[in-house]
Parts: sequence; structure tokens; C-alpha cells
Amino acid sequence: MSSAAEPMHDRQATLRDVANAHRPFEWGRWLLWAFVLAVGANFAWIVAWNPNFGWPVVAQWFTAESILRGLYVTLGLTVVAMVIGVVIGLLLAIARLSDDRLFSGLAGLFIWFFRGTPLLVQLIFWYNLSTLFPEISISIPFGPTLVSWHTNDLITPMTAAIAGLSLNEAAYMAEIIRGGLLSVDKGQSEASDAFGMTRARALWRVIIPQAMRSIVPPTGNQLISMIKATSLVSVIAMADLLYSVQAVYNRTFEVVPMLMVAVIWYLVITTVLNIGQGFIERYYARGERGATERMPVIAEATP
Amino acid sequence: MSRIATDTAPLVSARNVHKSFGHNEVLKGIDLDVMPGEVVVVLGPSGSGKSTFLRCINHLEAINRGSIMVAGEQIGYRLNGERLVKLSPRAIAAQRRQIGMVFQQFNLFPHMTALENIIEAPVGVHGHSRKEATDYAMELLARIGLTEKANAYPRQLSGGQQQRVAIARALAIRPKLMLFDEPTSALDPELVGEVLATMRDLAGQGLTMIVVTHEIGFAREAADRVVFMDGGLVVEEGRPEEVLANPSHPRTRLFLSRFIREAA
Repeated sequence: MSSAAEPMHDRQATLRDVANAHRPFEWGRWLLWAFVLAVGANFAWIVAWNPNFGWPVVAQWFTAESILRGLYVTLGLTVVAMVIGVVIGLLLAIARLSDDRLFSGLAGLFIWFFRGTPLLVQLIFWYNLSTLFPEISISIPFGPTLVSWHTNDLITPMTAAIAGLSLNEAAYMAEIIRGGLLSVDKGQSEASDAFGMTRARALWRVIIPQAMRSIVPPTGNQLISMIKATSLVSVIAMADLLYSVQAVYNRTFEVVPMLMVAVIWYLVITTVLNIGQGFIERYYARGERGATERMPVIAEATP
Repeated sequence: MSRIATDTAPLVSARNVHKSFGHNEVLKGIDLDVMPGEVVVVLGPSGSGKSTFLRCINHLEAINRGSIMVAGEQIGYRLNGERLVKLSPRAIAAQRRQIGMVFQQFNLFPHMTALENIIEAPVGVHGHSRKEATDYAMELLARIGLTEKANAYPRQLSGGQQQRVAIARALAIRPKLMLFDEPTSALDPELVGEVLATMRDLAGQGLTMIVVTHEIGFAREAADRVVFMDGGLVVEEGRPEEVLANPSHPRTRLFLSRFIREAA
């Protein structure tokens, strides 16, 4: 009896091995997929054949010289404002976390002001700085003047846009970076201290690389907001992407097709940035559980 | 013990050390001398201030009264004529460079491999060449038996392996003094042995060590002197065979009896 039962038992074990399991056919999910795809395809069809979108006009202007020049201004402004914003934001975050009341107070004041007022108003103020301060000078407080400039020589639409965007960005980045620095275990700065690292070196080598994991995702968010925030500079006569398409449709009255040109370009930039962000996040995840292991340089020793 | 130089000045000299956190006085006047080459094990119940005292020695905590000297320099302060002046953060960092420290929670840098952890301070703080630091790091890794883990990240190591790498990292700066802050308290019981073995090796090599621990066995085998702390004071000190076998203070007796009962 036992000899007959054993092959039966083996067969049971093979049948019950989950490695050979099949996934049940899920009718509901397939139907849902089919429905969503059908609706999506239909919507795409309607948009593509709707003459009001003026696709031939979109195609005609998509790579027109004035549009590309606007795109270039948008990208340039975004990169410059973001880089300055991150650098000042980092300094503000460090100052805000310092034990020194003066530094943390000043950083707090800066963040309070630049986050608390609308970006549009800040841009207009920078652009019209000369009406408030016709001359900018470096002098000893209440004492003699050392150097002085006419404000109108310093503030062009370009410098006003960079100043407005980057200082506003710095205030937001300061809080993002501060959050990242606080997320790093206290033992890390203690170990750095115990090894006689200076504060700057500990930040640069130990704290910031670990903080990056929580700094990168919200910074990607900020970068994408920044690309769109640059469209505000059209109010101070900077010819960015949006300003360039507006310049065209003010002449041709093809409002929707020209806006579609801008929309598609904004989406293209955002897509490229999302892909870049994914790479950066994977880089800073090294050493984490589940991250890809670095190939060992030294062969495994036999025990 | 012949390896301890008794005729020279002490390497560490703490006098009347007081430390408070707010209204809570944790250290109430600690006096302790540690001779070069000596291994001192500090025992005591939790809350006795032993970890705090250790952290005062390299100025991770600033003391409120008294003084601590390491290798002839006052930690955290400088005598300017008749005035005692606080040192700048940079000068304090310089003082710490001769003191190695091992933490309860290891505190390895998780974004660096074992090897990168070990060479970080020698290259970045002491200005050694990368080649020289790497050679010495590999020598240290061989000594703790982790050569094949040089390129592993801390997350890929067991707790015991991480703590041994942390010990190698502290040794890489060729310290005059090593501080161990409960180095085995965060480890699973079966991993404690490998870390203690590494520490016993170091003790045998004439390194000056101050070890805060609950491992009575380690104190018995490796310590030149046992210091028993309670309530922010040193209540008893002496050779391990004396203090551990014949404690004279009732607090020491109570503490040790609890451990011996646990071991039985």
C-alpha cells in the first residue's frame, strides 16, 4: 500500500509546487484595459481630426526660428535660475540649521519674505527697481559712498528675471534642503565630528550625499514648476517660449494652434527631466537595500 | 602589566568632571587617569553616566565644570596666560584627530563601501595619499578577517561585520586613544563574540583603550583596570580580578550579582 501511495505523493508534491502555478485569467481586467484603450484611441482620433486645433499650423511653427529662440530663453532661464536657487538655498538651509542666532534668523527672514510674496510681484519689483532706488551704491553704513551704479544700467529684463526667479526659488529650495539635511541620522554627523572632520567637510562628504535621497524628488518638482514659472517673465518683456507664441498669435489670431506648440514643448522638456531624475535617484540610492551591488574587485575568499 | 608605562604622564586625565543636561546632572565629579597602553573598562548600570563621560573625552559633549586632558592638551580649551579660552570648532576638530571612536550604532557611512569608510578620514582629514590609505585599510581589513568585504556597502554586512569595519575605520587614523561606546550592545548575541575577539586583539597590542560596556567577561579577560560608575560618580576601581571577584561597594556588588545570575 505504501509503495502505491508514494508515487501518488510525489505527483501531489509536483502538482502543488507553486513554481508551476498559473495566473487565473482575469476577464474584468482585460475588459477594463480594452475599454480604456478604446476611449483613449477615440479621443486621440477626435483631437487629431478636429480642424480647430490647426495641426498643420502647429507643424509649421513647431520648429520656427522665433519659437526655438523662445525655447532657448526658457531653458536658459530655468537652468540659471535653478542653479543659483539651489546654491543660495543650500547656504540658507545651512544657515537656518546653525546654532548661531544671527545666521538662522537672517535665513528665516529671507525665506519668510520670498515665500510669502507672489513671484509675479517680485518680478515686477525687480524690473522696476530703478523707480525705488535710482542708484545702487556700496558704501559704509551712514558713511561715505565707495562705488555707485545707475540702477537702469544693472537691471535689464534678463537680470530682473534671473534675480526674481532665483531668489524666489532659493527660498523654496532652502526648505527642501533643510528637510533633507534633517532626515540624515544624527549618528552620521557625530561620527564625522569624532573623526575630526570640519563642519564643511562633514556636510559635503557625509551629510549631503545621504540627504540627496530625500532632496532629489521635491527638487524635480521644483524644476518642473520653474520651467512653467519662467512664463511669468513675459510680463517684463522677456521673450521666453510662451511670449514667443503669444507674439505669433497676436498677429495671426491662431491662438489654439500656437498654444499647442508651447504645450508640446513644455511636455517634451518635462519628459526629458523626468527621465534624468530617475537616473539621479538611482545614483543616490546606492548602498540602500535592494540597490544594485557594486561588482567586487577582490574575489570571494574561500573559507 | 609591563606594557603600561607607569613612569610617564597619563594619556588621559580627567579632573572633577561635571556634566548636566538641563537640570539633570549626569556627571557629578569624575576623576580618572588612563596611562599610555592601558585598557580601562567602564562598567555601571544604564543611566550611570558612563557613555556621557566617554563622549566628553573627545568633546562630543561639552563639560560644565572640571577639565579633561588628552596627551597633554586640554580638550576644548586653551590656556592663554591666566585666561582659559574656548577653542574654535576647527581647533577642536584637530584635537579629535588623535582619538578613535567606536559607536553603539556603528555609524558607518551607508553611502560608502567598507573600504571607502575606512580611508575617508585618513585621506580627507589627515591628508594621506589614497594609495597609502588604501594599503593600510586593506591591512586592517585582513586583520579583522573581512578582506573580501572591502567593496560591500554597510547594508550588505551583518551587524558584527559592520562593527568590525567601524573598528578598522577608527584604527585607520592611527589613534593614540580608542574610545568604545557600548560596542556590542546593538548586536545579536551570536555576533558579540567576533567583535569582542577583535577588541581583545587590540588590547593585546598595547593600544590605549577606554571601553564602556556591559560585557563582564571582556572586562575580566582584557582589562588592566575596571572602573565602576554609578549615579554620575566613580564608586570603585581596581584590577579586574579584585573588583569583579571582591567588590567592596554595595552598588558594585548588586550590579555584578545581577549579571552573574544572568550568566548562570
